[in-house]
Amino acid sequence: MNFFLDAIAWILDPANWVPGSQSPLPIGDRLVEHLIYSGVSLVIAMLIALPLGFYIGHTGHGRQFVIGFTGAMRALPTLGLLFFLTMVLRSGLSTTPAVLVGSVVAFVLLAIPSLLAGAYAGLESVSRESIDAARAIGMTEMQILRKVEIPLGLPVIIGGIRSATLQVIATVTIASYVGLGGLGRIISSGIGLNDYTVILGGALLVTVLALSVDGVFALLQRLTRTRGQTSRPLRSVQRNRSDAAVAPIVDERTPA
Amino acid sequence: MNWIASNLGLIFDLTINHVRLAIIPIILGFLIAVPLGWVASRNRVARTFIITTGSLLYTIPSLPLFVILPVILGTRILDDTNLVVALTIYAVAIMLRSATDAFGSVDRSIIESAKAIGFSRSGRFWRVEFPLAGPVLIAGLRVVSVSTIALVSVGVIIGSENLGYLFQNGKQRGILEEVVVGIVMSLLIALVFDLILVAIGRVLMPWSRAAGVRGKSGDPTDPDPATDSVSTRRVLAPPGAGVR
Repeated sequence: MNFFLDAIAWILDPANWVPGSQSPLPIGDRLVEHLIYSGVSLVIAMLIALPLGFYIGHTGHGRQFVIGFTGAMRALPTLGLLFFLTMVLRSGLSTTPAVLVGSVVAFVLLAIPSLLAGAYAGLESVSRESIDAARAIGMTEMQILRKVEIPLGLPVIIGGIRSATLQVIATVTIASYVGLGGLGRIISSGIGLNDYTVILGGALLVTVLALSVDGVFALLQRLTRTRGQTSRPLRSVQRNRSDAAVAPIVDERTPA
Repeated sequence: MNWIASNLGLIFDLTINHVRLAIIPIILGFLIAVPLGWVASRNRVARTFIITTGSLLYTIPSLPLFVILPVILGTRILDDTNLVVALTIYAVAIMLRSATDAFGSVDRSIIESAKAIGFSRSGRFWRVEFPLAGPVLIAGLRVVSVSTIALVSVGVIIGSENLGYLFQNGKQRGILEEVVVGIVMSLLIALVFDLILVAIGRVLMPWSRAAGVRGKSGDPTDPDPATDSVSTRRVLAPPGAGVR
């Protein structure tokens, strides 16, 4: 337990938060970097994946594509993807932009499967009766999507965003090995210096960040649940049990 | 191709070690998750506890978990045990959900019938529930297998010798070919493992093939609960199941 106490003391030590201190400090800067990289990548990924997922969920076209894509992306080693992209970009760009662009592209690629699956499964979780009723009272397809399917499917859609966010936060940590900033820097320089207090401090920071973000999303999912709808988790929404064998599972992001 | 030709031995050794490091967590994860999943599918309180613990552990990113484990296990930081334990934790977390779903999807009435014709508790599990849960268990195991193999390479950061070494070494020496070989070999292992699992599923559960076919052709948005339960039953109950 001593190690943990040392690491917590290290995190709480005001000296490690002083602006301008030596890399990988100050902690605050690394935390902000971590949040910015994650946030920017997620926004880009959402702009790509959510409309596509809504299209697939609304029309039912391309379901097999999502399943295949999700499976294939799961098999891709994140560290290899990061190194590959930054090295390829390095041939055209100087180091800093190559690392930045390469990493963000990797984060976006890794976030897309969960977002896609969440968007389409969210729409699919809406009862057929609600959609038919909306159509019967004269709503256009766009209105059905915006006023019925998305609001009712929101908890599942947010579930997809939650998985994608955790995936990206984890991958940003690893990206310190291609030279990106963020909290992973603390762990990697701790490993370099063979300073276990720093390693553990960095690890605890990332863990607390991931668990807090996860908690916020869990709360959001609860708040967006429509009253009267069953509060069962996504999985039970799949009406057809045998589907569990083929459908991509939204909350099963690949750990990274 | 020069790099590949002169490093075949290295690629081979790293691949073998990669496979070894991936297989242990996949098997351990399955062995631990199946009994827990069975309990979770039978008991509400246990279910909440098991699933919550699993998903919390799953939320911890891999690199932090790798370096936190030495304190808990008393291992050195550069020890493959940390990697294997971390991957097993993830495998259990993924597999738990599948196992809970798998056992939960076995039709109650089939279990009751098995009871009625005199199956013992363990007979019911081994001859009725386990085989019927099989297709969903295999589906979960495929997810575990693919993600474990992909994740092993992160272990290079804590000194594990696997295909991740090709990423790190390739980056340091500026050999893109080396990185690509690492990615391709990792994907190949994942593909081979997946094919093996599918084959195991087909051999052990010939009826599960019907599930795949039906899942694809069936309308996923079919709202009619009547047809649902019929098709579910058709898929989940092999002819003669429980009526030995």
